[in-house]
Amino acid sequence: MINVVRAELTKLRRPSLSLSTIAAVTFVIGLVTSLLFLLVDSPEGNGERGIRIGRDVLSLATGVSIGFSNSAGLLGIVALCIFAAQTAQEYTYGTLRNLLVRQPSRMKILIGKLISMKLFAIVMVALAAVLSVALSYLFAGVKDISTAAWASSEANAALARTFINVLIATIGYGIFGMILGLLFRSPISAISIGVIWNLIIEGLLSAFVTNIDRYFPGQLLSIVAQGGSEKVSYQYALITSYGFLLAGLLIVAVLFKRRDVAN
Amino acid sequence: MSSPLAIDVADLSKKYGERMALSHANFEVPMGSICGFVGPNGSGKTTTIRMLLGLISPTTGSGHVLGESITHPEKYLPRVGAMIEGPAFYPALTGNQNLTVLAKLGGFDTKSIQGLLDLVELGDRGDSKYKTYSLGMKQRLGIAAALLPNPKLLVLDEPTNGLDPAGIQEIRNLLRKLANSGTTVFISSHLLSEIEVISDYLVMLRLGKVIFSGKTSQLLAKQQPVIVAKPEKSSDLDKLLKIAKEAGHECTVIGDSVHVTGASDYAAKFNKAAFDAGVVLETLTPVRPSLEDTFFEMTGE
Repeated sequence: MINVVRAELTKLRRPSLSLSTIAAVTFVIGLVTSLLFLLVDSPEGNGERGIRIGRDVLSLATGVSIGFSNSAGLLGIVALCIFAAQTAQEYTYGTLRNLLVRQPSRMKILIGKLISMKLFAIVMVALAAVLSVALSYLFAGVKDISTAAWASSEANAALARTFINVLIATIGYGIFGMILGLLFRSPISAISIGVIWNLIIEGLLSAFVTNIDRYFPGQLLSIVAQGGSEKVSYQYALITSYGFLLAGLLIVAVLFKRRDVAN
Repeated sequence: MSSPLAIDVADLSKKYGERMALSHANFEVPMGSICGFVGPNGSGKTTTIRMLLGLISPTTGSGHVLGESITHPEKYLPRVGAMIEGPAFYPALTGNQNLTVLAKLGGFDTKSIQGLLDLVELGDRGDSKYKTYSLGMKQRLGIAAALLPNPKLLVLDEPTNGLDPAGIQEIRNLLRKLANSGTTVFISSHLLSEIEVISDYLVMLRLGKVIFSGKTSQLLAKQQPVIVAKPEKSSDLDKLLKIAKEAGHECTVIGDSVHVTGASDYAAKFNKAAFDAGVVLETLTPVRPSLEDTFFEMTGE
């Protein structure tokens, strides 16, 4: 297993992937954090779906981590794309046959890939956290928002909690991408279906059908990243979303184990 | 006592839907030999190789590689090197990094990578990205990857594709050297002249069935040589045909020559008979059928 993880990390460390991930994370964090602070006085709202997060809320100890937690959905999309591409490209490049000749245990390949991508997600979310905090201080200064409470132990604890929740959500989105990658065996199909499902189908249905977000993995993972919502508890969101993902993972694992590798 | 076998396949079949890709195949490959694996496109070569490497499951039958059942590829694959359906690597990684991925995956020493790159003459391009490689360089990297485990069995699917004549010669020498050091080489190729030069053993497929397996020399010995006689005057072709037929040989006119099937020692008798009949021969050549001729005759292609 450790051999698979080491081999996968060699692939994940390649400059093109690292640099594009850094660029994507910087863009997402920059976009969400700047909108959160720079539109703080806008009547149109500065949070997700037009929610207003005022100066008083941003000044609280939890204010330093709001930009970070609001970025979870888009960070998740980045993770979905990476996990899906890393999995499906083995089919399109034809490299899966090389992997299976060198490591015939398909389950070891699958679990090793998952572990290495989780490690990659940890680094990605840590980078996002650092960027988000730095930008929050920068934009708070620009908009004259008090940051006195952000250095408190309460703020540190909130940031740590947010980090764990965003990480859980990001890995969840990544697993969703991996499931799609194994299912469709094409990076383009897996990524486009994953993005359309999360951003459009789930988003639209949740806006028009009451309480349907309780049953959508993407919506539930967003709630996990926020630490729960008024309508859906953190525990429910976590257990249900990961329940869906586990079921999906089991199905594709069986397919991966049994399917002939004919390309 | 028979020699140990590198590959032993018994009644092996693979069915995709209603189509039989491989039907009840039986063949053996002795340890330490270079075995050519030939057949027209779609004859089942790649399907067989995939089954031997555990990538697909047989529908029926059994097989053993290095003495282990193909149902447990984990027992023999660490001793097998393979390049299947051409080289396949990550375009954004360098040649060196691609080999590092496979070496780490198989638990092999990454220190051997530079030596392997040098061996396939990619030593100075190891740090170039795979996507910048020519077809021949990709092929060489595929062979280097197959050699990573220092294999007891090397399975190569069309290894000389894209190589120039000098490259083909180098690969041929490399494979011969490996075979001399005890590595069994199982090589599929459509370049029959290459297979004829290099292989001791041969497995020939047609429409999913094994039509020959055994020593290459045995197969070629089975084929009757042909004597090609070209008369000075083309009006003498009929006389030559009559002479050969009366001597009990099969013969036919192809172009401006008569092709007579028979042992090469008939050539002298044929020459004398032609002279006695007043026919002057411009050329008289005994021709041993090549593997390609034999292949076309046996496969009916």
